[in-house]
Amino acid sequence: MQFFQYILLSFLVVCAISVSLSKKLLNSIMIFMSYSLVMSVIWICLESPDLAITEAAVGAGVTSVLFFVTLKKIHAIEENRKNQEEAGENKENE
Amino acid sequence: MSKLKSEEEYQKTKAFHFFRWLSGSKDPYLGRVEMKPQKEYVEEETTIQERMWEKEMIRDKVYDTEHNKWLLFFRRFYRIMAVVFCIILAGVLLFTVSYLPPTGNARNPDNNEVAARYIENGMQETGAVNVVTGMILTYRAFDTFGETNVLFIATCCVMIMLMVEDAELKKQEVKNDRRYEPKNDAILQGVATVLVPIIFIFGIYIVLNGHLSPGGGFSGGATMGAGLILYVSAFGFKKTQRFFNEEVYKVAKVSALCMYGLIGIYYYVMGANGLDNHIPLGTAGDIISAGIIFPINICVGIEVACTMYAFYALFRRGGL
Repeated sequence: MQFFQYILLSFLVVCAISVSLSKKLLNSIMIFMSYSLVMSVIWICLESPDLAITEAAVGAGVTSVLFFVTLKKIHAIEENRKNQEEAGENKENE
Repeated sequence: MSKLKSEEEYQKTKAFHFFRWLSGSKDPYLGRVEMKPQKEYVEEETTIQERMWEKEMIRDKVYDTEHNKWLLFFRRFYRIMAVVFCIILAGVLLFTVSYLPPTGNARNPDNNEVAARYIENGMQETGAVNVVTGMILTYRAFDTFGETNVLFIATCCVMIMLMVEDAELKKQEVKNDRRYEPKNDAILQGVATVLVPIIFIFGIYIVLNGHLSPGGGFSGGATMGAGLILYVSAFGFKKTQRFFNEEVYKVAKVSALCMYGLIGIYYYVMGANGLDNHIPLGTAGDIISAGIIFPINICVGIEVACTMYAFYALFRRGGL
């Protein structure tokens, strides 16, 4: 069990660093989501299931969904998609 | 080919569909599920040059780095100082952490008579098997009431900022709501039909069992809110508005908060002054037991579920 916790904690550190290093906002949110999920498993290992349920529902679920909606609202997802579609059209033309 | 059934009848059976899919003569997802080829984004050379030119132009014309020596000096100074500041801050924090008492030590300052009383007398005084919920909702009910009010005020602020009142704008928002998303996505709807009832039942279970098992109002409410969000994103706002529209939302949210306040006031007035508390504690371990914890858990659960859903709906299209 101790070994498993060390693996989870190292994964947590890797997630926390890669959130700030990733260039795309969408990828950052996905990594943040997995951070919350790992955190909720760690809460269970630390024998606090109350916090684990809340972390899984709020951290991994609702907060990330709100981030996604905000990204859509400020047109951060949309522009990526537009660029991709344009690139796709260019390729089809070739 | 079946001998018992005619050709037309056989074509309606699931076996025929399965073997048709197996042989690959017809893909059932073609034409039903929205599919788009994913392509890698490749930037053209002209756009790269344009971007680089813009960057150079800004550097040369706006900041004029060749003549403005002070700006150059400030930039270098800023970078070096940022690194130095980060290192110093990390050092100070690590130095402070090394002075913290070790975990699990019996002589730590957090291991005092308050925690001992919660653990020893908590079950007799509150009637809750789950000491955490008992502590949060009776000894520290005032704090939790403040937290619930914070949620209420947060939703009010989001409403003030994001609510769209104008009819024309509202129509536009509704129209633009799913512009970049697939409508009636078969996979999402299939998953949602299976998962939403399970999530709801689990959320209600957490709320109602808050005083017996891990969980409580907040976690259960958040789970129910997440289920509502999944339902909305799969089936759209039209279907959700049949059972959860603005009127229901207002009534549920305000009445839950008022109910909590009334129960709290009653408890303080009757319990805190050494008078008899008229809410029976019941047998510890029963569903209906633990006095005020059970109704307060339900109130908090409704409040949190409403808040989560309202955040999503308001962020998404400025209305419930």
